[in-house]
Amino acid sequence: MNPLGEKYLRKSFLPFLFCPGCGDGMIVQSFLQAVDDLGVADDLAMAAGIGCSAWIPVYMHFDVFKGLHGRAIPAAIGLKASRPSRKVVVFTGDGDGLAIGGLHLIHAARRNIDMTVVIVNNQIYAMTGGQVAPSTGVGSRTQTTPYGNLEKPLDGCKIAIASGATMVSRWSTAHTRQLTRTFKKALNHKGFSFVEVLSQCPVQTGRYILGSGSPQFNLQWLKDNCVAVKDPSQWGEIEAQGKIPVGDILQIEKPEFMEEVQRMNQKVKEEAQAKGGDR
Amino acid sequence: MKKGRIKVMMGNEACMEAALLAGCRFYAGYPITPATEILEVMSMRLPLLDGLCLQMEDEIAAMVSVVAASWGGGKSMTATSGPGFCLMQEAIGLAVAVEAPCVIVNVQRGGPASGQSTSTAQGDFYQARYGSNGDYSLIVLCPSTAQEMFDHTIKAFNLSERFRTPVIILSDEVVGHIREKVFIPDADQLTFVPRKRPTVPMEEFIAWKADADGVPPMPDFNTGYKIPVISQAKSLDGNRGNAKEADENIRRIVSKIEDHMDEFAEVLIYGAEKAETAFVTFGSVCRAARSAVDMGREKGLALRSVEVKTVWPFPDELVRRALAGAKRIVVAEMNLGMIKREIERVVRQPEIKIELFSKIGGIYPQPQEFLRFLEEKR
Repeated sequence: MNPLGEKYLRKSFLPFLFCPGCGDGMIVQSFLQAVDDLGVADDLAMAAGIGCSAWIPVYMHFDVFKGLHGRAIPAAIGLKASRPSRKVVVFTGDGDGLAIGGLHLIHAARRNIDMTVVIVNNQIYAMTGGQVAPSTGVGSRTQTTPYGNLEKPLDGCKIAIASGATMVSRWSTAHTRQLTRTFKKALNHKGFSFVEVLSQCPVQTGRYILGSGSPQFNLQWLKDNCVAVKDPSQWGEIEAQGKIPVGDILQIEKPEFMEEVQRMNQKVKEEAQAKGGDR
Repeated sequence: MKKGRIKVMMGNEACMEAALLAGCRFYAGYPITPATEILEVMSMRLPLLDGLCLQMEDEIAAMVSVVAASWGGGKSMTATSGPGFCLMQEAIGLAVAVEAPCVIVNVQRGGPASGQSTSTAQGDFYQARYGSNGDYSLIVLCPSTAQEMFDHTIKAFNLSERFRTPVIILSDEVVGHIREKVFIPDADQLTFVPRKRPTVPMEEFIAWKADADGVPPMPDFNTGYKIPVISQAKSLDGNRGNAKEADENIRRIVSKIEDHMDEFAEVLIYGAEKAETAFVTFGSVCRAARSAVDMGREKGLALRSVEVKTVWPFPDELVRRALAGAKRIVVAEMNLGMIKREIERVVRQPEIKIELFSKIGGIYPQPQEFLRFLEEKR
């Protein structure tokens, strides 16, 4: 077994439930490499919801809370609030994170609460058998858009930026080295970090949208369609060409929510003491 | 005599005082009448105790964060009312499935849907028990005074730890908003149940293997155990269970509570214990029924009021005993007959007619109406 797997996988849970050729295994490896490089395994608390990507953290030998569909981020907030020193990481999907759980993404980003949200985007509801997702392209035929999708896809990165996230990146499973580097940045970032990973789903997206169930074809599709740029101002230009811009988009420093809470608590306690005792 | 202090306070405020004494340091909620005061007073008080009160984006987020905060290490709670209680149901099932101790207060108002936001009702009697999907059990307590809002909140936190289960306090607008004297014992006068911790060496610990009482020990996250906590029906090591493992998992989380009801079930009798006419009440209606019993006594009428304090799991045996010898049973409740169904199920004596004195529309029953009901329906 890969030494990373030997060290960090919950071996009694193997084999993975992921389909052959799925991108989730590559994300597991990229993430574990980041964890190993930083040596933060004991500080991690993982949260997930429902969907293929929600199983990613379950195979990792960390403390893992895999709760309800769409509600990984509120679970992460509960974990962070009960012990701010832990590093909280959410694994979610495009359906889990942008549709049923979209509201929580907006509000967690708005709070700039310290956590990393990894959203695995395969452009489809894969676990339930290939239904349209908020990330599915216009015209795509899925099990629930048999005549073609009429709805414009949602860009999770733009939502995260508009909502107040302080670190935002997008890569794909064709960029595993960049992904590990970005995971490390995100784990060290103080505040709300959002990492979108475009991932191949040969079984659903490949067969029904892109035209081939071959894993190689689907990975090649990502390589051909993702354009890495350093300057986020070029994103619009790339999108206009029908391609997907990837790269580190944003990293800024803003007051982090739990630190603000601790500051406020300290202040009100001192004020209460000055006034003499409790109420 | 316990040491403590007496204060006039609102039922909702008494609930908060008890929660803080019980050690609750994480509260997440969403404003909703008539439960909002609990969120408000928590946001005032928790910062002084280094806790956190969060107003979340909706009740779903509130309840989920409460469940996760419990696993994060600590006591957590939320409070809501009807529509918010609907939104929380899936996550209440989550708390059951991941066996997370936590407390949920439902200050009932009229329904369905938005119903009557500022009026009292008891229409969530079954929702409190059966609102989430699948087979499960949990504990539901029904206070009828501000004092009981306090006492039941302490009890709820203790039972949630003892059984590793969500405990619901099914209050209503009258109890939530009433202002009356509450005795608050000093902390050292109260008993608090600590969380059950693993006692075996870490490498021998099996996350979902229960002790003889059906309750597995629970370590906090980030204390080295590295546990998988999933919302699925599980195997003992925490993976998705096969048919046999799922069967055992579900049966255990039900029986760990229902086999130990004698530890917490509570049914009181007010008035003449052997009176042939008995009222059956729960929640705020107990108050009017007590007055009716007193008024009846003045008129030479022997009455008893059977007050069901722990409504779920329904205390069949205690209710049967409390109603022994009654020839006429009048169930009084602010819905169209919910606890009445349970009484019919429990009593099963064809010669005894079980009558319903029902009030809906948000009007609290007057004691005189109980006596009038007895006369008119005779």
